[in-house]
Amino acid sequence: MSRPKLAGAANSRPALAPELLVEMHDLMVKARALEERLIQMYKQGDGFFWIGGPGEEAFNVPLGLLIKKGSGLDYDYLHFHYRNSATLIAMGEDPANPMRQMKNTATDPYSGGRNFAGHFSKREWNLAPVTSPIAVQYSIAIGTAYAQKRHGGEGITIVTGGDAGTAEGDFATCLVWSSRPGNELPILIIVTHNKWGISTHYSTQQGPKNIADRATAFGIKNKTIDGNDAITSYLEIKAAMDYVRKERKPFLLEAHVSRLYGHSSADGANRRPEEEDCIVRIEEVLLEHGIMTREQMDAVHEKWQKEMAELHRKVREEPQPNPEDVWKHIYWEGEGS
Amino acid sequence: MANMAQAIRLALHYGEEHLGVTDIFGEDVGPPLGGVFTATQGLRTAWNSPLDERGIIGMAIGLAMAGQRPVAEIQFADYIYNTIDLLKLAGNTCWSSNGQWNLPMVVMTPVGAGIRGSIYHSHSFDAVMSHIPGWKIVMPATPLDAYGLMLSAIKDPNPVMFLPPKALMRHRGEELIPGEPEDPRELSKMIDAPVGDRSKWKPTWPPVEEYVVPIGKAKLVRPGSQLTVVAWGRCVPLALQAAKQLEGEGIDVELIDLRSIWPYDWEAIRASVEKTGKVMFVNEDTEVTNFGEHLIRRTIEELFYVLLAPPKLVAGKHLPGIGLADALERASVPQVEEIAEAMRALARTEP
Repeated sequence: MSRPKLAGAANSRPALAPELLVEMHDLMVKARALEERLIQMYKQGDGFFWIGGPGEEAFNVPLGLLIKKGSGLDYDYLHFHYRNSATLIAMGEDPANPMRQMKNTATDPYSGGRNFAGHFSKREWNLAPVTSPIAVQYSIAIGTAYAQKRHGGEGITIVTGGDAGTAEGDFATCLVWSSRPGNELPILIIVTHNKWGISTHYSTQQGPKNIADRATAFGIKNKTIDGNDAITSYLEIKAAMDYVRKERKPFLLEAHVSRLYGHSSADGANRRPEEEDCIVRIEEVLLEHGIMTREQMDAVHEKWQKEMAELHRKVREEPQPNPEDVWKHIYWEGEGS
Repeated sequence: MANMAQAIRLALHYGEEHLGVTDIFGEDVGPPLGGVFTATQGLRTAWNSPLDERGIIGMAIGLAMAGQRPVAEIQFADYIYNTIDLLKLAGNTCWSSNGQWNLPMVVMTPVGAGIRGSIYHSHSFDAVMSHIPGWKIVMPATPLDAYGLMLSAIKDPNPVMFLPPKALMRHRGEELIPGEPEDPRELSKMIDAPVGDRSKWKPTWPPVEEYVVPIGKAKLVRPGSQLTVVAWGRCVPLALQAAKQLEGEGIDVELIDLRSIWPYDWEAIRASVEKTGKVMFVNEDTEVTNFGEHLIRRTIEELFYVLLAPPKLVAGKHLPGIGLADALERASVPQVEEIAEAMRALARTEP
């Protein structure tokens, strides 16, 4: 696949510090190794279904690094879809936890063995439960954003979803409610555009060349970027976030990304050679600028593959839920119950 | 005596002043209208939303996630159907996150027929709602119960669906809300928005007090010995009228207002049926997979040997809608005569 030249001349320094690029590379490879291990778990029978985000690391890792992580209105509220594993890894999540959900163990901290892989939930990080219905998170995100509008400060709401789901009414809901005159919301609306909804190509179902253009009609600032470029992604996410944090107004960021292993295990979860690999892209930069050698980068891959295999062996032995657990948590059992 | 719309308004006022309610919102809920039934007039935290039911429910979920206490309104239950997957989501958020998240939110939506509302202002919603676990569902039949159930709904840390019957919104009760002035004209002067320009109007709130109707607790409306009638919503006053008609015929009906659809007061039903041996369930939702059918199933499974007659359901007909013409509406949902006739038949049945 042809792609534009890197920003700047070949020998000029990249726009991000070498240490940050090395860190991002490490996290991207770690997140990829996790997803590839989850796919392997599925193929070995250690899980019923796989869905995830391999191919979106160049966008999702910087997103995770830039999130204001914490609990409550002063921190970012996160309404993700099921392709955000690399964001969690960049935020410091233990990769054993997505494996626990894959294996539906009782120790799965997101859902206690109740939900599919990639359906994260972590209240201590303001991460709302990821759901299977497509795009509903765009309707829910307006609520946390409205509370943050009233609260002030720097906390914002971040919602992610795919291109196919923008056909749902919930996406229009998000645009309408985020831009009510006088009540504009501090919300970063993200669309990761991989061009596919399972087997259906975007170009056969939706007219707009750029999904981000829809925001223009609502007076919402927006941009379409190459999400396979980690440096571009970092800079553009940062610029968009700074705007939302400071101006307390919405921004729609559309990022073109790859779907490296198809939709889910339902269509095989096999590597798609026609899709561009964002890790290859960042490694070219690291090599070209002498930031890392091939051997060093290979060692990173090896380290995380080995680590994930070890975690898999550990998680495999953890207990499954008990039948009586179905009756837990139908209603709130915590404080104030 | 407040009517039900005023009682809801007083409860919401109490909620925003004493129970931490942060947002009362929906289509036409804020000023100038204050709700198509006037139930949200003059409230400090009431605001108007876009005409987008999915956005309203999504907003409520998000607000609850962010630690707020929202009360969202869907203007008529007839228009809540496009939000069903969001209602399911609200109901499963605590469970699917293994107890991490709770959603302290109330959704209120007026239900049922009786206002000559034709096909899309006459829907019921209790049966469909009972298929969505994770919610609590309440349905008041009097203004005082509306007040007490709304306070419970606001205090609950879980999503609560509040279903006031449209036809009862203007009905006055026989009981005063604690703190309410005795003269209804005085109450009206204090809290009803004037006709015409309201831009400078502010309500004078009476000092209403805490009064809670626990969710899951039925009410004995009328004690009786010969048969048990369990009704909810608009069918409670209809069943009461029917029971009074039957007094002169020597038929002694015990009437229970279920008040909460979920969780419901099985103990109240069981105790009554063990006494009378005969039971009839009355509500206006469509009769197929009606919530009353569940109650009949449980009655048969658990109380079969005390029954003196087959349990009976009087409910709305299984029709695509309620027609506008008087004859059509009356033929579609339970009327006093139909309820009275069913009571007679049940009273006459001998094992």
